[in-house]
Amino acid sequence: MSEVTVRKQRPKHLAIHEIRLPLPGFVSILHRISGVGLFLLLPFLLYLFDLSLSQDGFATFSEVVAHPLAKLILLGLLWAYLHHFCAGIRFLLLDLHKGIDLQPARNSARLVLIVSLALTAVIGVALW
Amino acid sequence: MVNRILVGAHYGLKDWIVQRATAVYMAVYTLVFAACALALPEFSFESWSALFGNGVFKFLTFLFFLALFYHAWIGVRDLWMDYVKPVGVRLTLHVVTIFLLVGYAGWAAQILWRL
Repeated sequence: MSEVTVRKQRPKHLAIHEIRLPLPGFVSILHRISGVGLFLLLPFLLYLFDLSLSQDGFATFSEVVAHPLAKLILLGLLWAYLHHFCAGIRFLLLDLHKGIDLQPARNSARLVLIVSLALTAVIGVALW
Repeated sequence: MVNRILVGAHYGLKDWIVQRATAVYMAVYTLVFAACALALPEFSFESWSALFGNGVFKFLTFLFFLALFYHAWIGVRDLWMDYVKPVGVRLTLHVVTIFLLVGYAGWAAQILWRL
């Protein structure tokens, strides 16, 4: 029985430029993209962490993070971390069947986007 | 002839749970770290390294790194499974990902335990 289901041809429509994601879908794909960004830049973050915790490296660390390009990258990573954090909490709540109806799910998706951007702005300004 | 279909209960359940358990730990650690960082009198090498030199905080930080790398493994593996179909390429990417993350864990341990 299940074999029939598996073999059945399903309709596919993957015209990405035509698909308009609803807000929860947008949060979901940003969760994935922010995760990829954080993963790819792990060596950079570990390198900075290493420098910041070594007697000789601390001065270099201060110089590197003062560079405009590094600041821009770190600001992006800060957003990625905060978005991944907020969206992750939303997914955990969804797992617990909290807010799974359409309207609450849309509201929480909007909240995730707003809170992560606002926190990025606040922490970003506080650090620089 | 056996026609097995690889779907069913428990397939990936352990990873699903680990992904969430590590997420919860990292979320709690993030709040603890934020509180500790805000409590620092000033951002200098002395106070920063004293924070991570503290035995309990060092232990919690190392656990954070392990949770992060395990969490990243599940997430990145899911990406390879979603987007990379040729078995050989996917297997290679899996192995490279594991090597990288295990290396990072060693690096994190080395940073923390010289303090």
